[in-house]
Amino acid sequence: MFAAEEVSWLFRNVWLIPALPALSFVLILFFGKRLPFKGAEIGIASVVVAFSLAVLTTFAWIGNIQSAESHSEEAIFLEGPDGEQTPIVLTAEEAGEARGAPIITEVEWFSIGPDANKVILGTEGNSDAGHDEDGHSDDEDEDGHSDDEDAGHDDDEEEGAGFGGDDNVVDVAFAEDGGTVAEAHGDRFSISIGTLVDGQSVMMLFVVTFISLLVHVYSTDYVKGDRRFTHYFAFLSLFTSAMLFMVLSTSTMQLIVGWELVGVCSFALIGHWWEEKANSDAALKAFLTNRVGDIGLLIGMSILYFAAGRTFSIPRINELAVNGTIPKGTLTIAAVCLMAAVMSKSGQFILHTWLPDAMAGPTPVSALIHAATMVVAGVYMIGRLYPVFFIGFGIAGSSINLMAFIGGLTTVGGGALAFVQKDIKKVLAYSTVSQLGYMVLALGMGAYTAGMFHLFTHAFFKACLFLGAGSVSHACHHSFDMKADMGGLRKYMPKTFWTFMIGSGALAGIPPLAGFWSKDEILVGAGVWPNTGGNGTYYLPFVFGMITAAMTAAYMARTIWLTFFGEYRGHDEPHESGARITTPLIILAGMAVVVGFLNMPSGFVKFFGAPEGLAHRFEDWVEPAGVSTFVTSDNGFTHAKPSLSLAIVATLLALTAGGAVVAYYRALYAKDSKATEYTDGVMSRIPGLRAGHKFLEEKYYLDHLYTGAIAGGTKGPLARATDWFNQNVLDGIVNGVGKLSVGLGNFIYNIIDQKAIDGVVNGSGNSASGAGQFLRGMQTGQVRQYATLMFGATAVVAAIFIFAV
Amino acid sequence: MFLNQFLLLAAVLFCIGVYGVLVRKNGVLVLMSIELILNAVNINLVAFSAFNQNIDGQVFALFIIAVAAAEVGVGLAIVLLIYRNRRSIDVAEANLLKG
Repeated sequence: MFAAEEVSWLFRNVWLIPALPALSFVLILFFGKRLPFKGAEIGIASVVVAFSLAVLTTFAWIGNIQSAESHSEEAIFLEGPDGEQTPIVLTAEEAGEARGAPIITEVEWFSIGPDANKVILGTEGNSDAGHDEDGHSDDEDEDGHSDDEDAGHDDDEEEGAGFGGDDNVVDVAFAEDGGTVAEAHGDRFSISIGTLVDGQSVMMLFVVTFISLLVHVYSTDYVKGDRRFTHYFAFLSLFTSAMLFMVLSTSTMQLIVGWELVGVCSFALIGHWWEEKANSDAALKAFLTNRVGDIGLLIGMSILYFAAGRTFSIPRINELAVNGTIPKGTLTIAAVCLMAAVMSKSGQFILHTWLPDAMAGPTPVSALIHAATMVVAGVYMIGRLYPVFFIGFGIAGSSINLMAFIGGLTTVGGGALAFVQKDIKKVLAYSTVSQLGYMVLALGMGAYTAGMFHLFTHAFFKACLFLGAGSVSHACHHSFDMKADMGGLRKYMPKTFWTFMIGSGALAGIPPLAGFWSKDEILVGAGVWPNTGGNGTYYLPFVFGMITAAMTAAYMARTIWLTFFGEYRGHDEPHESGARITTPLIILAGMAVVVGFLNMPSGFVKFFGAPEGLAHRFEDWVEPAGVSTFVTSDNGFTHAKPSLSLAIVATLLALTAGGAVVAYYRALYAKDSKATEYTDGVMSRIPGLRAGHKFLEEKYYLDHLYTGAIAGGTKGPLARATDWFNQNVLDGIVNGVGKLSVGLGNFIYNIIDQKAIDGVVNGSGNSASGAGQFLRGMQTGQVRQYATLMFGATAVVAAIFIFAV
Repeated sequence: MFLNQFLLLAAVLFCIGVYGVLVRKNGVLVLMSIELILNAVNINLVAFSAFNQNIDGQVFALFIIAVAAAEVGVGLAIVLLIYRNRRSIDVAEANLLKG
């Protein structure tokens, strides 16, 4: 598909993808307001280029893996130390191992400690540091230094297989004896920044740039005429850039930086309309809730840094986790700490409360946050350090663990909350919480591919749903209230309706839409259904997953019926949105239909007589391999076998739940086409249900717990303690210092200044005056007296000359 | 030789001159006493010149006579101005520089 040089260029320069939006951010800030489209054109142009590069990279990556699979018998050339080209034939097994090995390009970011050149370096040619020493510019990586490389290095050679013999491209930075930059430099504390290209990051590059591009286009219409239009686009660019930067992290340090950047951008965008207090509160809530988890992130990453022998490198940490160098107990503690970060970032119970409030931001931002950036950062981080979590939580052969439990709780809890929302965006927000729970649940059960695949498919249909909700609100005069201002929109905005239907279908897991495939894979991954295998037997998570499958279909049916069916309840005539809004919707709906086919089970492919090569493509492209050796190692995860019966049961469950809700609303609309709920329904008749409803409406009272009990409970005593401290300790210190200063000042004035210094000054004056008075007596003005003195003096001098000499 | 007699005369004249300068209040008399001192010196110079058979001393004496004439010119002018201002040439009264 691509020539080897092009592929290598793409993989080495993948840093361009986050760099372009970052550049666009700066340009928009400086020049945006003076441009004809107020900066939107720069943002769109940069994202278009970044997206094109991401697409090229994706194809290059796929080609890389495909060629490793199919051309395993092909002779490839390796450049030996003497520049001689040696043909090497790799067996299929060897080539298979090289498949999916990450391509790492690193430069030193900054370092603290003694100069690198003065420190004795590791074996030449094996360590990164050896290359850095050669005096090459920072932008250059190890490429082109293959002369230094040890030809006998098996790993390096296998690397080359993927690119048709161009082994210069790849450097296994963390092969057995090749330490990280930090290690090679001895005491030197060095942090490198770089890009890690593997299936997972390439997948995210594609998703982020794709969603971001559509959101950019959509926003030009949606926030048209906004007073901070330019500012909005600048932050959209930065948001995209930050997420891409995080996705490409090679080190945990880079990951943390990207993680925080994403948090800052989400803060700025959620609070875009900060003039309303609710919006700025929501932005603060998002930011502060994330701070709670960030403590866990920093502690967890610090533990891993020290446990892995002072390295920030993600592949190295993974490698050490897999081969057992880091003890399991340490991994468990680190994983629990990191789990806190995931809970806050990816909206897991009990730190999910910021996520629905983040709906205060503009709708395209919500789409971006919920589909591609921000919230998936936590899930992505789990995937990046998956061996740490997998081994730390002992996922294999277990039946429950912290991650699966939190994911399960979140998926059910979030789904339940979606039932009681009036705001269409909040329904989608809770559905995001629920779906993120699904991903975490999948990862917690060892279904890595299923979790990542769900992240991938979810991005498309959730972006579609959010942008659809934005389109609906655009039509209904910027209201998001389904009960008061919507209903019957099916007739007025057919494009939005159909795309929303497809998105909802995908979310609910209706075959053959995208969500069906990924959700089915997660349920299979629980290993509970007969003949599915899997990593363990996760009964409780499986039950959670099944309940959510039913709930998702039900609440989406409720949302669709309230929004698009019945009679229009708002004021004025609604209208279909413009092309810049509907086009992204149609594209996303199209993706929501097709992306599921990327990871079809092989049984399904055989059943329809399709070529065998079409089965589980996503799995092949994205799963970690090579350096982390996680899949192939003994303690790696295994794949569950797909089950047709489970798929049918889950689909029927979803259809039944959705159908029940539809029946409910059809009956309601038949009675009164403008009603939104029964006035004498079960809710009002049975007190237990009413209490449950209230419990849901109050969001499990978590906000009350946080702001009332925790914040309020600490606020009062803390304020009093602070006041006491202020009054007694601080004021005491301040007053004491003041009194001391006054005393010291008095002492200095009275003793030193008045006596000593003035004494010296006056004394010198007085002595000068006294001397003057004495000399004055001699100045009589009498010439004769002067003459007498002169003669006398002369006589004395004469006498001295005569008698003494 | 008879150098002693000349030196003795010069010493007497010098002492008279010094006495005059220190004691007399009249400005003109003070100037005249200065002349006595100068001439005492001249006698000495001429006497040594003759005694040593060397003309230098006499040349010096001539210079001193000329300088003395100039000095008297300036001195008398000062005395005259003092007189014009104060109607007196008493040097004891001219004590404006008293401290």
